[in-house]
Order: sequence, then structure tokens, then C-alpha cells
Amino acid sequence: MNTLFDKIWDSHVVQVVEDGPTQLYIDRLYCHEVTSPQAFEGLRNRSLKCFRPENIFCMPDHNVQTHDQDKPVEDAIGRKQIDTLDANCKEFGLTEFKMNTRDNGIIHVVGPEKGLSLPGMTIVCGDSHTSTHGAVGAIAFGIGTSEVEMVMASQCILQQKPKSMRISINGKLPKGVVAKDVALYIMAKLTTSGATGYFVEYAGEVIKDMSMEGRLTICNLSIEMGARGGFIAPDEKTFEYLKGREYAPKGKEWDVAVEKWKDLKSGEDAVFDKEYFFDAADIEPRITYGTNPGMGIGITESVPSLNKIPNEEKQGFMKSLDYMGFKDGEKLEGHQVDYVFLGACTNGRIEDFRAFASIVKGHKKAQNITAWLVPGSWLVDKQIREEGLDKILSDAGFVIRQPGCSACLAMNDDKIPSGKYSVSTSNRNFEGRQGPGARTILASPLVAAAAAITGKITDPRTLL
Amino acid sequence: MKQKFNIIKSTCVPLPLENIDTDQIIPARFLKATDKQGFGDNLFRDWRYDKNNQPIKDFVLNDPKYGGCILVAGRNFGSGSSREHAAWAIAGYGFRVVISSFFADIHKNNELNNFVLPVVVSEGFLKRLFDSISDNPKMTVTVDLPRQTVINEATGEQESFEINGYKKHCLMNGLDDVDFLVQNRKCVEAYEARRK
Repeated sequence: MNTLFDKIWDSHVVQVVEDGPTQLYIDRLYCHEVTSPQAFEGLRNRSLKCFRPENIFCMPDHNVQTHDQDKPVEDAIGRKQIDTLDANCKEFGLTEFKMNTRDNGIIHVVGPEKGLSLPGMTIVCGDSHTSTHGAVGAIAFGIGTSEVEMVMASQCILQQKPKSMRISINGKLPKGVVAKDVALYIMAKLTTSGATGYFVEYAGEVIKDMSMEGRLTICNLSIEMGARGGFIAPDEKTFEYLKGREYAPKGKEWDVAVEKWKDLKSGEDAVFDKEYFFDAADIEPRITYGTNPGMGIGITESVPSLNKIPNEEKQGFMKSLDYMGFKDGEKLEGHQVDYVFLGACTNGRIEDFRAFASIVKGHKKAQNITAWLVPGSWLVDKQIREEGLDKILSDAGFVIRQPGCSACLAMNDDKIPSGKYSVSTSNRNFEGRQGPGARTILASPLVAAAAAITGKITDPRTLL
Repeated sequence: MKQKFNIIKSTCVPLPLENIDTDQIIPARFLKATDKQGFGDNLFRDWRYDKNNQPIKDFVLNDPKYGGCILVAGRNFGSGSSREHAAWAIAGYGFRVVISSFFADIHKNNELNNFVLPVVVSEGFLKRLFDSISDNPKMTVTVDLPRQTVINEATGEQESFEINGYKKHCLMNGLDDVDFLVQNRKCVEAYEARRK
């Protein structure tokens, strides 16, 4: 009780349906080209318009190519999805940040950086990584396409209120350990279903000290432990990040908003359904070894031995290792890899490019590595160039591609070939996620950079 | 898609694996349609077909021993992406019920919104059900939505399952949430006025 989640949720309740879910008001709906066409079609079939078109923002990101964006998408079916989004936005009068315009990028990178995602809001999108926007102090969660249609039709959604969880990480993060490692560590502790049914508030000294970019990474990965979403109470860092952003309130309205946002925190007496506490000192750079994000280890650790795995999980564990080409008990440091992917809504922000550049500066890309560096948005791309990171990266033999979801889920042509190993800053290592047969090792931008210059799984602390 | 749901008695298709994610149910490269048709053909695509698009013989959907409109899956079914395409694939293939001991949140909602009933049973019930199917693939399960019970007809074991009254009413009468919300637009306007 008296949690920040309760405060935001309760202030958005339109009504509670008898013996049923809550009708929740939604402040912001984001749409991309993959999970929206059937929702628009649904509206057409029911002869409905969007109820509050001014609260809906759309952009294509999943299918866009990461080169030559001035040319149409080569894949005809992918192109049709993008064209369909363009046509739907026009028909329904919605704002769209089109491909190959300076406003475009991955929806979960663009929302916060444009100041569209603000503290205290309810935010949804047909995409599980919508939890990212929780970093600004909003309740943000992924929904299905039927639910997208509901929000288009009524600016509301029907949901059961989730339970509340607080995860506190205290202490100071050791050198070479970043937000992604914290998230991978928590996931390994809680498993991929450990937070199912919950909404998570992240707290503690580590979160307080963390940059907005880091917070966005942590919240992004909430879904990977099953949580509906994750968020962080807004503070001065949040306000500083949002101030002056395109859609953030301006002038007097800004001052009024900040005063209101300052109240957005859990009470001292707040009671959570579940609480976890972690110590920053226990976290080292992390990698995954299996085929779900909870199957992770510290970079100096070994893959668990089969005899440590509970009986009912043994079959799945061995299936995973078989797919990955790893053995139980094997140490992975030094294992050769083939691809490095820096990007995605998880790690496609400016700080991620700074981190990557800090490791590769003065080195050369390893011969055996194909590296895809994909900014999360055109604004990130602009910052990269303004800060001169493009020079450092190109001197080290790297090319910066154009923004989009890219190899995170390989809906465009950035696919990792079957059997190849990819050290990836994205969010999922599921079978086939980065292309049929692709073997994904999730890691931070620092671990990715270390792999990119050594050609193998390398502890970035040896290069700092 | 709006199919009224009442009592279903059927043989089962068993998938005794935990953490089956939505990328396995329907891989991303098959998400490119702009309608809801045809996803059933690619259900569990990469477990079901090899690189040359030939059926993989020992995968359960290719095994003629098994069939029916009830999918029985291991714990934490549907984790990962919010893609409703996974529910469209399950419904499109012809499944009406998915039984597991635990479902990922978003996917569970997606199934319900497509008139596929996710039935949560205890770990013990699930394990014994897998055993029963393994002993006799022709055994049946009865899912009774009005009474909210699921019965392993081979052993007679019965459990009740939860579903809220609103959603039960929707499933039994072929109504969906958009119908409800559009009827309630006045409440939304009142809420907006209140908030100002």
C-alpha cells in the first residue's frame, strides 16, 4: 500500500468492472508497424475512429533497414508493413515519425528523448519492452494488438491490477559493471518468470546514482523476468533529462509539472507484496550462456554443472546448451565469437556508444568479428557525431549504421547466420531470435566492445 | 475469431518443455503480415520444420499419434514478446485451450482476447496429465468453462481453475473488450472531465 505504483494506477482508474478487471485510462499509446495493422483494421471493421488521436504516436522501427534508408525497404512484405503504418496514420490522423526522417528511431528510445514519456503517465505499446519508459517515473507496459485496438477505440485498457515488488540495489557498482550487468544479475537471481504478475519499482543507491540512460536499460529488461513493467521514482536527474525536450512542458507549465512530479514516490510506510535486496559489490560483468535471459553468469564464472540443475529443468537446460554449442561446467571467457551487436532499445543510447568507444579507442576491430553498431535513434546518431565518437569508432575499424531495431530480432536483413556466435547488447537470447540458428550471448556495451577488439569473450576490466 | 466457448472435450498435444517463449511459438520473421490469417501454418515453425522446410518427424505437431484442440505445455508458457501473433498462431492452428501450470502475463491476455482459454493447473496435475498422455495419446481432457473445471479423463483427476466473471461472460457469449469499452466511452469522458 501507498506505493508509487498505487498512486499512478489509482489516479488512472476510470472504473472497476464488477467481478472483473479495472478500466485504466492511458495517457500515451505508441505504435510501431508490426503490432498495429490488425488493430487499425479492427477499428475499420467496427467503423470506429481513434477516440483521442492526439495521445497516439507512431513510428516504424522493426523492419527498417540500417543502411540506405533513403531507399525503400527491399523486403516487400516488410515494406508493406511500413507503408501500411504510413497509410493508417494518415487515415486516422495520428502523428508519425517516418522512416528516414530525423524524428525516427526505436520507439522506446525516441519516446523518452522527445519528452513524450513523462513522470506519472500511463504508457502502453504493442511491444513488451514498453517497460523502458518506466525509467522516467511512468507506469509503462507492453500489450497485445487487441489491447492496442482497445486503447485506440477508447483511450482505455482493461487490466487486472498487478502485485507490487521493490528491488533495491545498494552500494556502489564496481568498475566495469554497468546497468546491463545489474539487470542480467537480477534476472539470473529471479529467473525469467520470477516477477510474473508483478510491477517492479527499482530503488537503492545504485539506481539513485545511475544515469537516465542506465535507468532506461534497467527498466527495459523488466519483462525478461516476467514483470509487467518496471519503473523508477522521478528525481532531479529525471527532471534534468526531460527539461527542454521537444514535447516536455515549457516555461511556467514546466515548473508546475515538476512540483507535481516531486510527489511521485512511494511513502516511507509503503508495503510491497514482495521485496528483494541486492548488493552492488556482488555484481561483475555478465554474460548469458543459454536461451533465455535468466540463464546468465558472471564473466569469470563457468556454465552451471548439470548436477546443480533441478531434475524438472534438466531437459530444457541441456536443450539450451545443445543449441548454444556449450557444455555444462564450461568456462566461456576466451571462447571465440563471430558477431558483435551494439544497439536495440536496451543499449542503443548515447551512453552505450560512449562506453563502447571507451574500450575500443586506440584498438582495432578483430579480424574475425563482424560488428553492427546501430544507434537507437537519429538523435543518438547526431550526438555520436557531435561528441566525435564516430571518429574514434571509425579509427578502430567500426562503421555506424542507421537507426532501427536491427539484429535484436532480425526482422530486417541484419541476421546472424546459423551457428554463429553473437555478443549482443540486446534483450533476448531466445533460439533463433537474431536469425534462425543464431547463438546469442547477451552482454553490456563494455563486454561487447571487449569482444569486438579481441574476437572472443573477454572481461572488459582487463582493458580499462 | 469470436467463437463462443462452453465445454470442450478433446485429446491433447503435449509439449513438456518449460519457458516456451513467443519467439518459439511464432518466430519474428513471420510477423510481417498486416492481417491475422495464416499464422497457424508457422506455429512452432523452427521446431516443426527443418532448414529445407521439411517437417521434423519427432516434433509433436508432426507426430500423427497426437492431435486435438488442447495444447498442454510446461511451466511459464508464452514468456517474452507481447506479439499477439503467437495467440493468432495458436488459435489459427486450431487450439481452443492451452493448459500449463504458469503463463506469462501478456500472452495469457492475448489468448483470452482471441477466445483461446488459458487453463492454469497445479504442477502435480500437469505432471500427471503429461504421464497420462504419454501412456495413451488418445486419452481426453474435459475443460468446462461454466463450472471452471478441468478433468483428466484417464485418471478422473479434476481441478478447478480461475477466471474472472467478466471474462468468463465474454468468452461464453462471444463478446470482446472493445465492445465493452466503446459502450463505456461516456465513463471515459467523465473521467477526463474529473481530471481537469
